[in-house]
Amino acid sequence: MVHKILVCDDSVSIRQMLALTLNDAKYDVTESKNGMQALELAKQNNFDLIITDINMPLLDGLSLVSKLRVLPEYRFKPILLLTTETDPKKKKLAKAAGATGWIIKPFDPDKLLVAIRKVLR
Amino acid sequence: MTTIDLTQVRGLFFEESFENLDVMESSLLDLEIGTFNEELINNIFRAAHSIKGGAGIFHFDDIVIFAHNAETFLDEVREGKHTITQALIDLLLRAGDILRMMLSASKDDIGYDAQIVQTCQDELQKSLSVKNIDNTEEVLAIELAPIEVIPVLKKWHIEFKPELPILQTGNDPINLFRELHELGQLKVIANTDAIPDFAELEPQSCYLSWELILHSGATRADIEEIFEWVIDECELNITESTLENQELDDEFEPEAETPIEITSEAESPLSEKEFTPLDNIEPIEPKAKNYEEVTAVPIHTPSGTNSIRVGIDKIDNLINMVGELVITQSMLDQIGENFDSSRLLQLRDGLSQLERNTRELQENVMRIRMLPISFSFNRFPRLVHDLSTQLGKQVELILSGENTELDKTVLEKMSDPLVHLVRNALDHGIELPEQRKQAGKPEIGKLYLNAFHQGGSIVIQISDDGAGFDIEKVRAKAVKKGWITPDENLTEEQIYEFIFQPGFSTSEAVSDISGRGVGMDVVRRNIRDLGGSIEVKSATGKGTKFSIRLPLTLAILDGQLVRVGEEIFVLPLLSIMESLRVQPKLINSFTGIVEIYKLRDDYIPILRLYKLFNIENTTTQLEQGLLVIAEGDGQKIGLFVDELLSQQQIVIKSLENNYKKVQGVSGATILGDGNVALILDITGLIQLFRNQTKSPPHLPFGMVRYE
Repeated sequence: MVHKILVCDDSVSIRQMLALTLNDAKYDVTESKNGMQALELAKQNNFDLIITDINMPLLDGLSLVSKLRVLPEYRFKPILLLTTETDPKKKKLAKAAGATGWIIKPFDPDKLLVAIRKVLR
Repeated sequence: MTTIDLTQVRGLFFEESFENLDVMESSLLDLEIGTFNEELINNIFRAAHSIKGGAGIFHFDDIVIFAHNAETFLDEVREGKHTITQALIDLLLRAGDILRMMLSASKDDIGYDAQIVQTCQDELQKSLSVKNIDNTEEVLAIELAPIEVIPVLKKWHIEFKPELPILQTGNDPINLFRELHELGQLKVIANTDAIPDFAELEPQSCYLSWELILHSGATRADIEEIFEWVIDECELNITESTLENQELDDEFEPEAETPIEITSEAESPLSEKEFTPLDNIEPIEPKAKNYEEVTAVPIHTPSGTNSIRVGIDKIDNLINMVGELVITQSMLDQIGENFDSSRLLQLRDGLSQLERNTRELQENVMRIRMLPISFSFNRFPRLVHDLSTQLGKQVELILSGENTELDKTVLEKMSDPLVHLVRNALDHGIELPEQRKQAGKPEIGKLYLNAFHQGGSIVIQISDDGAGFDIEKVRAKAVKKGWITPDENLTEEQIYEFIFQPGFSTSEAVSDISGRGVGMDVVRRNIRDLGGSIEVKSATGKGTKFSIRLPLTLAILDGQLVRVGEEIFVLPLLSIMESLRVQPKLINSFTGIVEIYKLRDDYIPILRLYKLFNIENTTTQLEQGLLVIAEGDGQKIGLFVDELLSQQQIVIKSLENNYKKVQGVSGATILGDGNVALILDITGLIQLFRNQTKSPPHLPFGMVRYE
């Protein structure tokens, strides 16, 4: 079974980077450029994993997670936040919003896949 | 190992980062001193943040570090810890410049001045209200973390008791166990004591806790890393117990069934694990330090791949047009299948529809290359801000017509000339506030940048309400340079012409900004290269206005076909003023080299094209052919041709790319009958002609003195 992943980042290069890596690893990737769009896409599709940036226009990553967790189909789904913050406070915030975990930017393609394998099998 | 071609993403990263810097800059310029504008500040923060994120992926560590510093400072600004002052804006503008410089350098693989980076970085750090001890290491820790794998088997005892709602954050303990299993041999013992009665059981909660025994060479950090995401949602106890190796066997061998099935999967993730450290151990030295010695050696320049962003509506339009084209084509197909004369009318309709489709398609395809001039104008608020501060002048910049679109190549090539003109206006045009006050003008000078369509061209105007040109000064300078004699009588226009001569500068002192005399001639040359022209109007004490006229596009031209002997040439329709039959009595000849035609009050030199191109079997008698009066660069010339043919749109093919640059010829095109015709460049022809007749180059063409 091919896992469907939604990636959300306002930076097109990060998005492309994610998409390239994930496509290469045979995941089915959907891209979105802000939280609003991601939320809409998430409602229309049933993704197995959502990876989102935190700092985004329209709807930031943390709010996106909270909004997703309210939806029954995303209650238990893994959601990973992309963050450049190494600050533990930010991580706490991420957890409080309901994120499964985080991926620290910058990441190698390999590290990204390792992180994803933590939540998708 | 995952191998992905990142060059494409790399290009995207640079493009995006430069856009981010533009956003950062314009947001900074929009900030008002003393006012906290959350949206603008967020924009600025996001820009720095995105650059940092992207730079990390491509290991531009110097950029990551610098952007991180900027971001940390911006984070404080965002939290309201700093008031918005001019100094703060200036510092951040400078930081943006440095990022731009670093990005350009990384893009082209060249060095940059590491000192100014350090200075600005220090300043950013000094400005922080909460002093962070140099956190450079932390930023890079992600990459630099040394991964030592010393395979000494240890026995780890792990107690893991997750909180009830752990599943609701998408964390599944079984995934954690799988991870642990990748580190070594794992024994999992589930504790079911906490499971309540069925009636009270909440299916979404996790009631289990586990005891895990791991035999592995892994360190405590490795294990903790696996639990990293859930550490706050569980009780976790990791202890190391010393055990003899044989006990390992004892413990695992009799164990036929594991409580939770964890099989080592066929895909053997371990082999990948082995490779990961190798990749990461690669030492990453902060490049910034080395850059000073690096000289510009562009080994490979991916910047050569140029891209353009096109609005989706333009693409949709194209698709629509192609759709219509297909419909027309199938309609013509149908007519052609069993054609007889009764369907002639239908055929004609079809053909005219085809023509319309083609034209629309052509227009729309051309439009793809068109960008709004705001791409170029947008840099000016910053430039004007910086320059006027530097010069101690007060200037208000007024932009209009930013949405006027022009060809991307034209836009790019116009960028430097525009900067030059704006600098000139600020430096020489607009006066110091004191002087303006004395002259009875408002202290704040005005600089207008305006763009609009006119006929088939784009006009860009740069005007100011400054001092204007001092005609006498210009004339004096020309006399000093020996271009004219003091008593020579010249019109205003002719005097302004000197501004465009190489080596001309009226400014007494050469300033940092302009006045080195290597300007206006280059500006004009650039504009001419694009097939455009520039003119200047000035009133002493009132201001100066430069008008630049440019062709809409470089790829297509409205052409007039002319015949010389058996050859066909194309003249740009825009440069043709009139065509006439020659009246022999109006021709004057000087020393047998130059013929001048008297047209009303003008004297126009005649260029016999057949002589220039060595064409035989052609009309040599002036009165039997036609004289096409064409204008290039404010000068007129009469081109002698056999006859005028049709006018049509000409698709320009570069002669330079396919053959070589030929003076007087701007390109070639393929005619409907398959023949190649040269497109004549009037300005080039005039220069060519002038060289042949040796007239002094600085003189307006109409005033050639023949000795």
